[in-house]
Amino acid sequence: MTLAPDLRARAEALGQTLPPLLAAAEHLAATVTLGEHGRRRPGMGDDFWQYRPARAGDALRLIDWRRSARSDQAFVQEREWQAAQSVVLWVDPAQSMDFAGSSRPPKSDRARLLAMALAVLLLRAGEQVGLAGHPQPPRAGKGQILRLVEALAADLSAPAQDYAAALPLDFVRQGRAVFISDFLGDLSGLERSLSQAAASGVKGLLLQVLDPDEEAFPYDGRTVFVSMGGSLAHETKSAGDLRGRYLARLAERKARLAELAQAAGWVYASHHTGQSATPALLWAYRALQGGW
Amino acid sequence: MVGFASPLLLIGLLALPLLWILLRAVPPAAIRRRFAGVALLLGLEDKAQQADKTPWWLLVLRMLALAAVIVAFAGPVLNPKLGPKPADPLLIIVDGGWADAYDWPQRQAKAVSLLDRAALDGRAVALAQLTDAPQALVFKAAAEGHGRLAAMAPQGWQPQDLALWGAALPAGRFETAWISDGLAHSGQVELLASLQSRGRVDVFESDHPLYALGPASQANGKVTLTVQRLAQGGPATVEVIARGPDPAGIERDLARVKVTFGPKDVASPAELNLPAELRNRVTRFAVDGQRSAGAVTLAGDTLKRRKVALVAEAAEGEAMQLLSPLHYLRQAMNASTDVLTGGLADVLPTNPDVIVLADVAQMPPAQADALQAWIEKGGLLLRFAGPRLAGSDMARLAEDLLMPVTLRQGGLTSGGAMSWGAPKALAAFAQSSPFHGLTIPPDLKVRTQVLAQPDADLPARTLAALDDGTPLVTRKALGQGQVVLFHVTANAEWSDLPLSGLFVQMLERLAVSAIAGSAGADVLAGLVWTPEHILNGWGDLADPTALAGLAGEALVAALQNGPSAKVPAGVYRHDGMGVALNAVPVDQPLVKATWPLGVAVQGLTLPAEIALKGPVLALALILLLLDALATLALSGRLGFGRSTGAVLLALALLVHPQDAQADDAADQRAIAATQGVVLAFVITGDAGVDATSAAGLQGVSDQLIYRTAIEPLSPMGVDVETDQLVFFPFLYWPITADAATPSAAAYDKLNHYLRTGGMILFDTRDADMAGAGPTPEGQALQRIAQGLDIPPLAPLPDDHVLTRSFYLLQAFPGRFVEGGLWVEAPPPDAAKTDGMPFRNLNDGVTPVVIGGNDWASAWAVDEDGWPLLPVGRGAAGDQQREYAYRFGINLIMYVLTGNYKSDQVHVPALLERLGK
Repeated sequence: MTLAPDLRARAEALGQTLPPLLAAAEHLAATVTLGEHGRRRPGMGDDFWQYRPARAGDALRLIDWRRSARSDQAFVQEREWQAAQSVVLWVDPAQSMDFAGSSRPPKSDRARLLAMALAVLLLRAGEQVGLAGHPQPPRAGKGQILRLVEALAADLSAPAQDYAAALPLDFVRQGRAVFISDFLGDLSGLERSLSQAAASGVKGLLLQVLDPDEEAFPYDGRTVFVSMGGSLAHETKSAGDLRGRYLARLAERKARLAELAQAAGWVYASHHTGQSATPALLWAYRALQGGW
Repeated sequence: MVGFASPLLLIGLLALPLLWILLRAVPPAAIRRRFAGVALLLGLEDKAQQADKTPWWLLVLRMLALAAVIVAFAGPVLNPKLGPKPADPLLIIVDGGWADAYDWPQRQAKAVSLLDRAALDGRAVALAQLTDAPQALVFKAAAEGHGRLAAMAPQGWQPQDLALWGAALPAGRFETAWISDGLAHSGQVELLASLQSRGRVDVFESDHPLYALGPASQANGKVTLTVQRLAQGGPATVEVIARGPDPAGIERDLARVKVTFGPKDVASPAELNLPAELRNRVTRFAVDGQRSAGAVTLAGDTLKRRKVALVAEAAEGEAMQLLSPLHYLRQAMNASTDVLTGGLADVLPTNPDVIVLADVAQMPPAQADALQAWIEKGGLLLRFAGPRLAGSDMARLAEDLLMPVTLRQGGLTSGGAMSWGAPKALAAFAQSSPFHGLTIPPDLKVRTQVLAQPDADLPARTLAALDDGTPLVTRKALGQGQVVLFHVTANAEWSDLPLSGLFVQMLERLAVSAIAGSAGADVLAGLVWTPEHILNGWGDLADPTALAGLAGEALVAALQNGPSAKVPAGVYRHDGMGVALNAVPVDQPLVKATWPLGVAVQGLTLPAEIALKGPVLALALILLLLDALATLALSGRLGFGRSTGAVLLALALLVHPQDAQADDAADQRAIAATQGVVLAFVITGDAGVDATSAAGLQGVSDQLIYRTAIEPLSPMGVDVETDQLVFFPFLYWPITADAATPSAAAYDKLNHYLRTGGMILFDTRDADMAGAGPTPEGQALQRIAQGLDIPPLAPLPDDHVLTRSFYLLQAFPGRFVEGGLWVEAPPPDAAKTDGMPFRNLNDGVTPVVIGGNDWASAWAVDEDGWPLLPVGRGAAGDQQREYAYRFGINLIMYVLTGNYKSDQVHVPALLERLGK
């Protein structure tokens, strides 16, 4: 098997970064206190929930004899309901995610970090986590973490487009999905994906990761703006003049994303790399646990 | 007013409008910027089209910058020496007398600027120095004038008879620039008139007050001189110095006196009260700080009062005074000499100039020997005949050493009652006689005399004879001195001679009594005077070369009218008599030149031309930097990025010139170098040689600290091009074969360093190859030394101070032992004096010592003080190194103490140490 030289180089470079990514993700996940894991109601699960007096209709084998022997009444041990959710993560692999303002890591770093941290948290909570677009189905357990890391690496080493065109279309029914992207490209793919998700009863999050430069547009003068892959270019005589209109378009884009999310029963949030990653992670975790 | 060196370049300014159009058409370049959000930008139109074209203010900025560059390269000059461009040739006249000497460099600079100006204008130029004899002037290209100008030097006389120059002027029109000394000269008005008839005359005068010193005269033991100045308002004080040799023969300041001028005084007397001993040694007076022949007056014999001892036979007894053989001599000499009277034994130890023996025949042999020794050292023995001499056996059979001739038995009496003949008169003095030219009174008669035995020598020894040919005065040389015999008595017994004025004149001619400053024409005339020293325009004594003897009449005229080219100022000598001819004659006031109206009189100062090229270029640079900033701002690149930083840094460097830091470093260096004695070496650029030099000087410094009172600081390296040298008493200069020749400025600095007492040790480090012809290092040294003001050199004499300034040394080894040392040559007339172990060699310290023994290598030590490089082998090598250190110590001692060890004070101690 031969690898293209640059592919191999990139993979090796990534091999250097993965353990740090994993470590960073674990570190980030550790900041979230898992005080509310489980469903807080009796149901199928491994953990003890409560004892209750046996009622008619309870199967005999359900009676907890050890507890029942201490009194005259028979008790049944109830377990906490632990419905394992399957969560599909999608991290935008497009080149636009490689954009970084001055002295900041690229957006893709933050996106992968958030995805991994979220995965760590979810796996700890016993959920099944998988990556969209990968053949392996979502799985639970700690081993899945390493597989996810490798899968993200594979994503990274694959040749990428300027903007993500294909979003995941097949979901695990009644599952959850998390899309992390800058959503700066064409939104039609997203719309299709969301309608598909809604049809499958899948709910999820849209987490938009932006660079502060993209939010502020601190440019002036005669400039040729070129997309990260070089496929798009726009020349202006005075970049400063465009600032207002660009920001308006960005706000419009955000509003459109929120609207799309709401229509599909999803939740949308925007995060930028100038901030700490923790609030975004907390938000995403809460949103996944949240009231649906 | 601003002018331009190359105004044609200003045509370039016409191109500016073109530039305007070009610049407007080209907008600032766009930045390519990667930006993920470009998808959101697609389709956005620019509102304004402003940045499409360069904004007008940026254009103005750039045009200004470009205009500044063009103007700068056109060479703008503030206060240019521009004027209307005349086509007539230019005659530059320099007075060239002693009055020019003080500010001669300024005068030359003025002349050079005139030449340069004329060269620019393409005018032909002629140069004339008025102290020269009038000569035909030829107008030549201005560039050729520089050589002639450099060869000019002020003369020790003043221009005279300028009207003759007027006759020698070339035909045709020309303009004249007259660099005048401010004094009126004879014929000046006529010359000016003829110059003005040819064209415009510009006169340049110095505003420096001119001082002149009149001849010295003495009365009542006081020496009086008159200091004159050219009428310049304001009080002033100058100092008059009397100079002469000290007992060791070294010229020193013997006395000083302050002379004060009132606000309106043009002349002020200086009075010096000198002891006779000191006064006799004075050779000249000078106004302190005035370097010109006019400010120097030579003493000649004016101040010398000869010491004359009169010795008569003791048995003078109670003879009548008028019969005393010494009476007339005393009368003749009292006015101008110090007269001693006594026995021979008493007067000889006082070392008189002249001893007069009046009719003394016999003397003890011991005294005769002492007398002979005294004569041979330069004494003048003047004997008079008399009855005793005539009656004695002295010089009868053979010539007595103390007598010029052998005498016949008895005297000759003529014209007496018992004789046949009449009293004799004097014959006219022969041409060769020192009395030639004196008038003989007709009534002078000689009645009695002693007669000389005729022999082959007699005619040559006869100075005066009677009309029958018998000698009256005879003379012979004895050693450096002479013996003169008057064949008559010193009183009026045998002749009328002592009664006549001729007697006094004859004594003066024999230098028995020195002539006074106002010596009459009769004393000077008729003799041939040979110049002994000549006073040049700077007031320094020079050797007279190619100057023939001078007739007394010419000297008399020169004493009255001032010296001239034919009769330059100086000391003239005939036999024992010395006459000083000074630049400023007695009673000749300084007269200010008056220029008629219409002649522009300007100062010597050159108008300070300020070249504006630098500042204007700097302005252009600032504008360009501003332009860079503005362009960055326009194209949105003005953040605190790298490029902006670079521009700001460049701007900061421009505004805050590096000089400040350089000055600071130079100050630090100066402070470090002046904390104590610092030995310095010249940085050659060869790292190995420089390291050795530093280590070598460190070694010598260490040894100086161990062994002597000199405690040098760490040695420093100097770059002769950039560093200040004056802080260092001593420079070690190793010569490498590829050493660079210093620049003109560096030469100036080095020469100034040498003149002001610095010393350089040149080390060619090639003594091992010295036998094999010229080495590359030697050639490099020759090349470098060409521009240096180095006196004539000679191999180090055995008795040079350097051989005994600390250790007694005769060899000066370094890493090599073969090479010799070269130092300033001793004066040619340095002679060994009896009782002195050393000749009195250089008064000053030799400015350079040249050798090739690679001393630094022998001296070099490492940080721990151990020798760095091997020298010789074994114990012999150690000894060689020791001697190298001793040479270093001697050298530094010599540098720091000069000729101190030459001082007589140390002679006894040195003698003792030498074991003599």
